[in-house]
Amino acid sequence: MLKLKAFHKTSFAVLLIALLLTLTACGNNNSSPSNTSGSSGSQSDTGSSGNSGGSDITLEFQQWWGVELPDGALQEIVDGFTAQTGIKIKLLSNPYADTRTQIAAGAAAGTMADVVGLDGSWVYDFAKQGAIANLTALMEADGYDDSQLSDQIRVDGNTFMIPVVNFAYPMYVNLDLVNEAGVSIPTNWTEFVNVTKTIKEKTGKAGWAIPLSTESPSGIQNNFMSWLWASGGSMLKDGKPNLAGNDDLIATLEFVKQLFDNGVVAQGAYAMKEADMVEEFTNGRVAFMTDSLAHLTTIKSEAPDLNIDFIPIPVKDGYTGKSGMDVANWGIGIAENSKYKAEAMKFIEYMMSPEVNAKLAVLANAFPGNIHAQPDYPADNTLFLKAYEIYQAGYAINEFTGLPTSEELMRQFDEQLQLYLDGDTKTAAEMLEKTQEIWVKAFK
Amino acid sequence: MKANSINIYKQDAPSLRKKTEPYLYLLPTLLLMCVLLIIPIIMVIRYSFYDNVIINKNPVFVGLENFKLIFENSTFVVAVKNTIVFVGGSIVFHMIFGLAFAVVLNTKYLHRRTKAVSRVLLALPWMFTASVIAILWKMMMNPNGIINYLLSVTNLSSSHIEWLASRDFALFSITFINIWAGYPFYMVSLLAGLQGIPNDLYEAAAIDGANISQRFFRITLPQLKPIIISLVMLDFVWTIQQFALIWMTTGGGPINATEMMSTFIYKLGFSKYEYAQASASAVILLVVCTIVAIFYVRHQRGQE
Repeated sequence: MLKLKAFHKTSFAVLLIALLLTLTACGNNNSSPSNTSGSSGSQSDTGSSGNSGGSDITLEFQQWWGVELPDGALQEIVDGFTAQTGIKIKLLSNPYADTRTQIAAGAAAGTMADVVGLDGSWVYDFAKQGAIANLTALMEADGYDDSQLSDQIRVDGNTFMIPVVNFAYPMYVNLDLVNEAGVSIPTNWTEFVNVTKTIKEKTGKAGWAIPLSTESPSGIQNNFMSWLWASGGSMLKDGKPNLAGNDDLIATLEFVKQLFDNGVVAQGAYAMKEADMVEEFTNGRVAFMTDSLAHLTTIKSEAPDLNIDFIPIPVKDGYTGKSGMDVANWGIGIAENSKYKAEAMKFIEYMMSPEVNAKLAVLANAFPGNIHAQPDYPADNTLFLKAYEIYQAGYAINEFTGLPTSEELMRQFDEQLQLYLDGDTKTAAEMLEKTQEIWVKAFK
Repeated sequence: MKANSINIYKQDAPSLRKKTEPYLYLLPTLLLMCVLLIIPIIMVIRYSFYDNVIINKNPVFVGLENFKLIFENSTFVVAVKNTIVFVGGSIVFHMIFGLAFAVVLNTKYLHRRTKAVSRVLLALPWMFTASVIAILWKMMMNPNGIINYLLSVTNLSSSHIEWLASRDFALFSITFINIWAGYPFYMVSLLAGLQGIPNDLYEAAAIDGANISQRFFRITLPQLKPIIISLVMLDFVWTIQQFALIWMTTGGGPINATEMMSTFIYKLGFSKYEYAQASASAVILLVVCTIVAIFYVRHQRGQE
């Protein structure tokens, strides 16, 4: 009997020890002697280990770029950094949506990779969570000249993301439809209304397309606001919503409603996503669309005979100033939980150096984030070069970048826009007042 | 004394091993269930009583405040109404189509080969994943798609109907897609049930002069009742949680025309970052599903 009790006790003790050892092993993960990755959850208020030359330091770099670039291209670029500094870079490449989920999970658990690829629409929320590091302080500490950066994404005056490359959204034109209708390229809103009307009458095809699916409401940013920004307008004032009583926005809304009322917009807009719009354009059913330059290769390979061109987005009648062109970007930031913030900053500086940045821009079919970068785009890609000219003639803009819950702001605007287009909301001014009321809650 | 102890140990050791052995076999499953099911459920329930968790590093206990906010949210009310229409419509038509096709496939008037081919064709929608179904129907329901084309060539409609983009049609359209995707489950289950009904019952009824309709309502339906109840309860739980199909076709729009509980919770969590309110909504859904699950288990036990 005693022996049986002893057996129970021994078993219990062994189990308890095993459990404790397991828990201790998990808990001590941070104090592991290995220097691999600073993503184990250790908080470093000092911002650096002070060891910048250590060849045994490995930084984790989580992004979606590696998936979208040619095979091995990103690895080759980061290997250049290792050759310069001895600091190893471990790439964690996953598709965009997965990267977002993993970074969000890492932000919640404090286990983010040291360096992360960021989208402008995530920055505010991660910065407010304290998940990403203040780059202003790190740049100052390193004496980095930030005037060479084309843009910086700030929250409360501090930089949290640096756009590495920019993807512009010019206006695509189906020249076959334009020629068939016998119209010329529009340069202002009145011309655009008339041209799309003629195209619809003479070819039966849609003049313009806008994806307004609430599943992915980026159509508000890329296809609606692009009209406003091209005519020098803004939806913000001092970083806060400026929708109610905004005459430029009222004019934009009335212009877009006119297009819908004329029946020139591709049908099914309320359930349409960006990919659906590209498909409509590729199949020759739409004359004009505003879309990412990144889709040019896909469109040309899917429809090699399609006669397409790029034009500046038509502006409000009488507007003569510079046009803003909507951009999306591959941004970069540093995790607050990284033990090697100073080393991570060195890596960002390397990625933003003119030579490396230009190389990355060429590989990604994008525009560089360093103003001194000189990308060597292939000379035979005339369409791309034309888009680059249009981009350089204006200025890059995306007012949704860095806003709180920016995707939700787009969705709310989208819903109110649909109510206005359907006539549930009587006037553009009323629609903007309602949207302003909804938006300000996110800025509190 | 020493010898006695050894004997006791020798006798008890195998019985102890016998007693613990089943639990050891169960241990991996129990651990997995604990990590993947019990702990997440407890965490979500806990989150629902705190102020904005995850975003807020030091969340505060707020009692039922999140539930109050959810019930006051007008979109939640719309989502509940739409979910009732979607789930109710899906279950009723799953049943009608599933039973009708099962009866047709069980008839003795069809050739065996015809039956085999029909079974494969009719069960086909069940083989597709939600993403394939969504893409397929999005293309067919496109204003320039095949459905509008067929309607126009048969002179049933002259205009291009926006099946998924119109507030008048969107809820109907996604309910229809879900019915199409789900009826084979009913069909296969009911067909198995029909094949288990003894032929003697129909022969006796025929001798008594019962017609087809009397045989269907007095024999077939009562015999299928236990399967039908199980199917309805399972379908309720599955359909109320349907997310992928709705998200990939309409995203809950246009405006809130197809907003369901599932899309409402997703948007709260991953678009507004209101994890506590999303947890509270998920708890409400969990309670509804648990009530149905309790009825299901009781019904199953009753049958045993």
